[in-house]
Amino acid sequence: MNPVDAPVRATPPWRTFLAVLHRDVYVTWSELPIVLSQVLLQPLFLLFVFGKVLGALGYTRPGYEDLLFPGLLALTAVVTGMMTLAFPLVRDFGWTKEIEDRLLAPISTSMVAVEKVVFAVARALAASLAMMPLGVVVLGSIPWEWRNLPLFTTMIVGGSLLGAGLGLVLGTLFPPERINIFFSLVFTPLLFTGASQYPWPSLAPLRWFQVLTALNPMTYVSEGLRAAMVPGVPHIPAWVCVVVLLGWIGVLLPVGMWGFHRRAVD
Amino acid sequence: MKRYRGATANAVDGCSFAVEEGEVFGLLGPNGAGKTTTIGVLTTRVLPTSGTATVAGVDVVADPVAARRRLAVVPQRSNLDRSLSVRDNLVFHAAYHGVPARDRRPLAEEWLGQFGMADRATAKPDVLSGGQAQRVMIARALMHAPDVLFLDEPTTGLDPAARLFLWDRLRQLQHRGVTILLTTHDMDEAAALATRVGIVDHGRLLALDTPEALMRSLPGLTALELTIEPPLAGVDGLLARLGALSGVARTEHLPDAARGETTDGLRGHDRVRLYATGPAPSLVAPAASVVAGAGHTVTNVRLSSPTLEDVFLELTGRTLR
Repeated sequence: MNPVDAPVRATPPWRTFLAVLHRDVYVTWSELPIVLSQVLLQPLFLLFVFGKVLGALGYTRPGYEDLLFPGLLALTAVVTGMMTLAFPLVRDFGWTKEIEDRLLAPISTSMVAVEKVVFAVARALAASLAMMPLGVVVLGSIPWEWRNLPLFTTMIVGGSLLGAGLGLVLGTLFPPERINIFFSLVFTPLLFTGASQYPWPSLAPLRWFQVLTALNPMTYVSEGLRAAMVPGVPHIPAWVCVVVLLGWIGVLLPVGMWGFHRRAVD
Repeated sequence: MKRYRGATANAVDGCSFAVEEGEVFGLLGPNGAGKTTTIGVLTTRVLPTSGTATVAGVDVVADPVAARRRLAVVPQRSNLDRSLSVRDNLVFHAAYHGVPARDRRPLAEEWLGQFGMADRATAKPDVLSGGQAQRVMIARALMHAPDVLFLDEPTTGLDPAARLFLWDRLRQLQHRGVTILLTTHDMDEAAALATRVGIVDHGRLLALDTPEALMRSLPGLTALELTIEPPLAGVDGLLARLGALSGVARTEHLPDAARGETTDGLRGHDRVRLYATGPAPSLVAPAASVVAGAGHTVTNVRLSSPTLEDVFLELTGRTLR
């Protein structure tokens, strides 16, 4: 058959969507060792140094690792979701333009953005779940409450969505020529004000810092996961975490979609 | 019409044309003329501020998804997916466009072969030369059998052999019924490939015709230049007699400033230029006899015919930008 004579295909959009998703999964799979090191090395080191080393040296109180682990799960979910999108989008739209072939696929631009979010959430969920056995290996055991599984699931999925929303916003609105200050200006503050290394109520003596951390949406993921995994430790009430988290997601995703449109179509 | 956010002028402003099915249409213009923006609008990547655009009968603003099924774009700079091999670039492109899974690989092999890239199928795009990346992008574009192929300055930066290869392939595509719209600022390319050429500048379409007709549209540029000895005491009489010859549009006595071009610097002669309405060579004999009748001799004859470049410069001006 002469390929040029082939008829125009009315491909259903979901097939194109799946093909675009398949591309991301395929690329991740073929670069798995690199991806794993990008995603897991940082929380693993935090877990090891803060949870194991400092404890073994007597600088932290026994039980600190149980506070730390939910916080690091939150960190993994949010940061993985964010980093899956932020950098690649800045790079794609800014200079490699390699996303163009997908933007020219027979699918709406919004669906390409949705695919990005779905992929980022999937990767963040996979990374968070991978942290569980790693936590057992490093710490010996991790806190767990079966009865709180629904809250745990909500917070992990919510944290992944939050990360994806942050990534979509930053990746499409952060100026490509300023990418070098991304880490110092966005990443590091996000990392250390997200209540992942300390429960939020315990910050009461440091009132100003407590207020600051309340502005970081990651705080509510950390606290929500503490509510699910170590309910005995003082934490922000679970319903507050859920509501604030949903609010952030509800703002970030539409803004990110708008930003994506803005970059994809002039 | 298209005005970008924050821009003070319209990038494209009054650029209307229709490309026939199966045609190779060349969009010619200087840098920044609005060629790429025009392609952007037609390929659904730029939203026009006003106006309409249709590709293969589909309104690109109202139904961009349907338009994307029928068109394919090869941009100026490589936008190959650098995480995928050359072959996978083609295979995934086919998947995005719903080509059945069993057909994707054979099709990819066929197009890579056609564009001389079969032996680089497993290479990553990063290691390809500019010309190779270009060929892979065209091969990729053809994977979903588009009706219309858009090429943005396809041969800019290619070596002559690569350019001829590409021209050859594009002509083959045209024979297979693919409509091709290419932008270029290479006159030779437009003359060699395009059935019709549109000249754009400042976002406006200045002229639109076949390359031949565009070249003919500048009658003043098909000219015969005569060097005459000995120098004329007064040229007006001779110019009037030359101007009376049939086929001469107008005559011109070349000023001193123009002498440096073709003369050896001696001031022992005069030069006159006859602008022809038809083919200039047929004026040589009658003009020579008029000159001889006035007691002078023609010592040098130069013919100049317009190129697309002359048309281009005439329309867009010579200012560098």
